[in-house]
Amino acid sequence: MGRVAKIARRTFLIGSAAIAGGVAFGVYAVKKDPDNPLSADLSDGSATFNPWVLVDSEKMTLITPHGDKGQGVMSSQAALIAEELDIEFGQFETSFGKPSPAYWNRAFAEEGVPFMATDHGFTAETMRSIMGGVVKLLGVQGTGGSTSMADSFDKLRTAGATARETLKLAASQKSGVPVGQLKTANGAVQLPDGTELKYTELASLAATIEPVKDVKLRDESQWRLIGKSMERLDIIDKSTGTLPYGIDISVEGMLHATVCVNPKKGGSLNGFDASEAKQMRGVKDVIEITDGVAVVADNTWRAFNAMRTISFDWGNATIPPEQEEHWATLSDSFKEELLDSTWRDDGDAEEAFKEGASFSAEYRSPYVAHAPLEPLNAIVLVTDDQVEVWTGHQLQRQLQVLVAAITGHEQDQVILHNQFMGGSFGHRLEFEHVKQAAEIANKMRGTPIKMTYSREEDFAHDFPRHISMGRGQGMVKDGKVTAIDLSLAAPSVMASQGGRANLPFPGPDSQLAAGAWNNPYNIDTYRMTAYRAPELAPTSSWRAVGAPAAGFFFDSLLDELIHEAGADPMEERIRLMGHDVSRKVLETAAELSNWGSDLGPNRGRGVAFVESFGVPVAEVVEVTNTDSGIKIDKVWCVCDVGTIVDPINFENLVQGGVVFGLGHAINSEITYSDGKADQSNYHMHEAMRMYQCPDIIVKGLENGTKIRGIGEPPVPPAAPALANAIFAATGTRLREMPFNKFIDFV
Amino acid sequence: MTEISMVVNGKSVKADVADNTLLVDYIRESLRLTGTHVGCDTSQCGACVVHVDGKAVKSCTMLAASAQGSDVTTIEGLANGDLHPMQAAFKENHGLQCGFCTPGMIMSATDMVARYNASGKELTEEAIRDELEGNICRCTGYHNIVKAIADGASKMTNA
Ligand code: FES
Ligand code: FES
Repeated sequence: MGRVAKIARRTFLIGSAAIAGGVAFGVYAVKKDPDNPLSADLSDGSATFNPWVLVDSEKMTLITPHGDKGQGVMSSQAALIAEELDIEFGQFETSFGKPSPAYWNRAFAEEGVPFMATDHGFTAETMRSIMGGVVKLLGVQGTGGSTSMADSFDKLRTAGATARETLKLAASQKSGVPVGQLKTANGAVQLPDGTELKYTELASLAATIEPVKDVKLRDESQWRLIGKSMERLDIIDKSTGTLPYGIDISVEGMLHATVCVNPKKGGSLNGFDASEAKQMRGVKDVIEITDGVAVVADNTWRAFNAMRTISFDWGNATIPPEQEEHWATLSDSFKEELLDSTWRDDGDAEEAFKEGASFSAEYRSPYVAHAPLEPLNAIVLVTDDQVEVWTGHQLQRQLQVLVAAITGHEQDQVILHNQFMGGSFGHRLEFEHVKQAAEIANKMRGTPIKMTYSREEDFAHDFPRHISMGRGQGMVKDGKVTAIDLSLAAPSVMASQGGRANLPFPGPDSQLAAGAWNNPYNIDTYRMTAYRAPELAPTSSWRAVGAPAAGFFFDSLLDELIHEAGADPMEERIRLMGHDVSRKVLETAAELSNWGSDLGPNRGRGVAFVESFGVPVAEVVEVTNTDSGIKIDKVWCVCDVGTIVDPINFENLVQGGVVFGLGHAINSEITYSDGKADQSNYHMHEAMRMYQCPDIIVKGLENGTKIRGIGEPPVPPAAPALANAIFAATGTRLREMPFNKFIDFV
Repeated sequence: MTEISMVVNGKSVKADVADNTLLVDYIRESLRLTGTHVGCDTSQCGACVVHVDGKAVKSCTMLAASAQGSDVTTIEGLANGDLHPMQAAFKENHGLQCGFCTPGMIMSATDMVARYNASGKELTEEAIRDELEGNICRCTGYHNIVKAIADGASKMTNA
């Protein structure tokens, strides 16, 4: 395919977005900021300067609209505002706020454009800015794609600064001292004579002043909070059991429900017998819902117990019932009519492979469950005038739309009280559990319904990470890798998820080959082709989305080629790297891990590099081949996010990402029999437990030019680095996850 | 139905419960002490650990009736007033992310430290990792949890 045709194909999405953004609404609409949602119910004497800061005579409240699933963004968002506002932790309250277009996520646009993160050329930047306009117009609010810090960094510091400057104006009016002579610290404006005017004292006056708009952000050298380890705002309440998660919330008068939906994916409910359940103590009702049944009782335990007594007549699955058929479908999908896009085509692949390849191999990545520790739950109260929802969710505005569609209200009549989440990994981007709670509550208007999944239901109705298959080939010459060519076939996770979320996803899906096409290597021939397999089991974004699969294929293939060439895995990656920031990441990993030193017998070391969400990450894994299996000894993870906001949280997130990547690569998959998931609880999908967990050394670099998030990027390189280390230690090459199908682990 | 009575976090409680009521459900649903979490309901994750007569128990594996006459402590009752040294250690060592596993980790840890202290054995990092085999954390890389427990252990011993 010629370059122009390829670009045309890639820009399809952008094209339609640009039309929606620029032409239909006009430039003015894009420039105009959405209304401040805090203004709507502002009490007398309270001041709000922007959608993130609220001050009254009693207290200061910072709105932190990005959902906190454990990654700590509530604290980081607050810190960004506090940095410029000159307030300290302990002096303010926080709130997740109401869903609002004002909280549109500008960083979503970054991932939405099909350009490499390292591409800062005119076209790439223009497209990012157009996409930004579209996201703003649509008011897309959400937490995901490791975007929270990228979205918030300038925005929330500016929010803090504009609030500070407006409060200074108020102080100046009150005291008669010119603004230029005023200072701020500790939640107060300081006059030259040392008098302090607390922000709370200035609130009612500040409320009458037009907020200052033009501010200059402080230089890095003046930061008090950013870059220093913080004590998370939620850490005491989480350590004392006093912080309520969604599953802990009580609403006056609520009843408790649980559901059982046909475990055969997509199958209908033909009939059920709940005669015993209905007689049980505490059971209020048994209700048919979409493709399943809900039990409503006076507590959750009774609802669970009653559910176990119900017998069901389930219709057949609408997906291919057996796992083997899923793999067979992928295997048949490498064909022209299913071409999604050629995401990368450097050099001339036809020419490079005209006499065959030096090496070829096939790779597989399975379905994997999200399984955050807090099972999904939601409380919904439907009345004729409004709907209230209590749950922890990552796509607040879309939740309103989908609930309103069930209850017949307007979007704005759906009030979401967003909650702390006990983990997510992408699970809480989905809506089924909320829709089910809404369905029940709509039939019982006036009564709050708390719907809780059992762990088994949570596994059965997870939308897992997509399965994927890769076929790779390459050329080596004179001890060097000269060509790499990978084709991938997978169902589109973005289309699957977008379909359920009522957010149609046109155009190619960059996640199909994410982690494969976007690595900033300079290889003479570098071709990455994605084929879109038909949807099989419905799937959803799983921490790092496309890159855990495609990155595993790409980096494993590269490692195999390097071995084929007889080169050193680290040196050859460094030689091929075409991006300074990424090269430094690899070099630092080599240095810290003492790459090249002798490990002794039965040991091996592997390196992998995968870029995802704009973050280059290198991981080095050391293993020992023991009599009872592979022991993972130590891991080094080096990454570059441009700016690290909170070092201690950063390190914790990176270690968690590495463990998430390693654990699932070792032992976790979802498979289907008779259209049902075979795995129902943690013992069948364990990931990593504490005793298996290696030592993990983390190094965050700050050479990148843009600030990036770190929730996801450490995940993708973990699996290939481990497979490469196992190869080095044993000579066995693992091309399919989970690895414990082929080799034992200690 | 069985009538049960026990002491929970220092308070006497009494209730009529179905024979098959699990301790965790009694704690969460009847007493509304929601700091004790349920992650799996099948004894695999450790989010539900409480102390029964001073010993760590997965409260999803024990009947409420079996705790008849016992002294039960949940995460809410661990400290008297301020933070328990183990809670302070989790705070200082950033031992959590979502924190859903934390109450179970802390209750398991305090029991572990008490056992090791009583038997005079040394609580090494390896021992901490082995002891917590039954506690799943889906978020962290476990390191700060181990660090927190080691720190909490020395705080408890020197307290
Ligand atoms: S809920 Fe008891 S061990 Fe998981
Ligand atoms: S911090 Fe989330 S499960 Fe441990």
